[in-house]
Amino acid sequence: MASEHFFSEAISPWMQEGPGPEGDIALSTRIRLARNIEQYPFPVFASEEASATLLRYASSTLLNQSEKVGSLEALNMNELRPNERQVLVEKHLVSPYLIKNTEHSAVLLNNDESISIMVNEEDHLRLQCLSNGMQLEECYNEADRLDDWAEANLTYAFDERLGYLTSCPTNVGTGMRASVMVHLPALVWTNQLSRILPAIHQLGLVVRGIYGEGSEALGNLFQISNQMTLGKSEKDIIEDLRGVVMQVIQRERHARESLLISSRVKLEDRVFRSYGILAYSRTMTTKEAANRLSDVRLGIDLDLIKGISGNILNELMLLTQPGFLEQYAGESLTQEEADIRRANVIRERIKLEL
Amino acid sequence: MICQNCGQRPASLHYTKIVNGAKTELHLCEECAKEQGESSETEHSFMSAAGGYTIQDLLSDLLNMDQPSTAGNAEKKQPKKANRPLTCDNCGLTYKQFTKTGRLGCAHCYHAFESKLTPVFRRVHSGNTNHTGKVPKHRHEKLHAQRELEEKKRQINILVQNEEFEKAAELRDEIRTLEKQFQGREGDS
Repeated sequence: MASEHFFSEAISPWMQEGPGPEGDIALSTRIRLARNIEQYPFPVFASEEASATLLRYASSTLLNQSEKVGSLEALNMNELRPNERQVLVEKHLVSPYLIKNTEHSAVLLNNDESISIMVNEEDHLRLQCLSNGMQLEECYNEADRLDDWAEANLTYAFDERLGYLTSCPTNVGTGMRASVMVHLPALVWTNQLSRILPAIHQLGLVVRGIYGEGSEALGNLFQISNQMTLGKSEKDIIEDLRGVVMQVIQRERHARESLLISSRVKLEDRVFRSYGILAYSRTMTTKEAANRLSDVRLGIDLDLIKGISGNILNELMLLTQPGFLEQYAGESLTQEEADIRRANVIRERIKLEL
Repeated sequence: MICQNCGQRPASLHYTKIVNGAKTELHLCEECAKEQGESSETEHSFMSAAGGYTIQDLLSDLLNMDQPSTAGNAEKKQPKKANRPLTCDNCGLTYKQFTKTGRLGCAHCYHAFESKLTPVFRRVHSGNTNHTGKVPKHRHEKLHAQRELEEKKRQINILVQNEEFEKAAELRDEIRTLEKQFQGREGDS
């Protein structure tokens, strides 16, 4: 099957281009636009029939025109196995919400997985562009182009006063959520993040764990994104977010430097202990793996650990998620089995680097 | 150690709870822990303040705040019976259904519930009630052109400030042409 690589490859092609701008701390950038199609009821309260019609109409219209944005492939959620869906979530190609209502939902993906269009999520369309490092402008321009293309083929629900109409009024206006995923171990260790967070919230921005709303912060990875969607233009939202993220990045760099000066041995000890545990342990939970990987990644960034690629964090964070482990095992796993497999995957991956 | 809850699977989560000085130790397997305490698990997590209570929850609370004590007056509601509940005449969604889920049923709901939604926008979007961003090209041509014009005027100010007068002059000519086109179109309609 042509779409096999969406499930078998942990690292999306767009991630393989290397670390990207500010790549020591900013791992990836994402822009998501929520759009609905005129005349159709919004997905949350739509009847089965209306949802089916919308799915057919939207995906066939977009697929027919897809050569203009590079070839797109459609995956219908109800045709996938549960762990294949889970893998798509872990790769951030679909939202957890999309795989909860699988009967009439789909995702259109391009080849390098930098574009994903979810159909019948909370809104009819969720257009999403991903890129590595901190690339808000570039990523927005890409999303803007994708949006223009979709809009040339479908008529959006748009109000001249309120903007793009969305199922949840917290998205009305631009319908845009821009977010940057950052790795902030030093700010967490030094307890500075908890002081920075309220300031970030006051600026109308939100900080979440890596799998979005309500998810826990695993491995010191955080998504910083805009909350407000009405009253500010897309460019201003992005500019404000960029400013704040850059400041957070500077602070993280600063915290790393002062840790190196004030408690180098302690820092090295922690980093190398984690490294040792990852290299030799026989069973490991998702949470522990994430925290140890975060330590090792920090060690790589600070040049304490040499000869290992920094990508190991991104890659192993994905490979050790439950969906991926099951995908590789080819069967469903109990918690215990998954923990054993997780430790195996990590050990083998680290051996490859040596 | 075996899980205290199911007594079957091995316990993999061990934690100590101290409530008012009383100490309880818990040993659970992953599955029972999930069932029992998704909430207690997240309570300890760093993100709980920002993540556990989602913006939708907040919205739902805000919306319910706008309906002063309907619960208490439930019995006295009878005389108001003639007042049909606020409903979207396009998709049939009632305002009450909306407050429960925080989701609207269709584009028309925005008009049907306008009077209730405007104050909510003010709170959720920092006082803003008007969209100032992107406008789709092909159905809202006029507004799109208008926004483009505004953007160009904004740019011209920046150019003048930076003393890039040649570029500013070029942009000014562009703006004039656009304005003429714009007025021409206004005249047509």
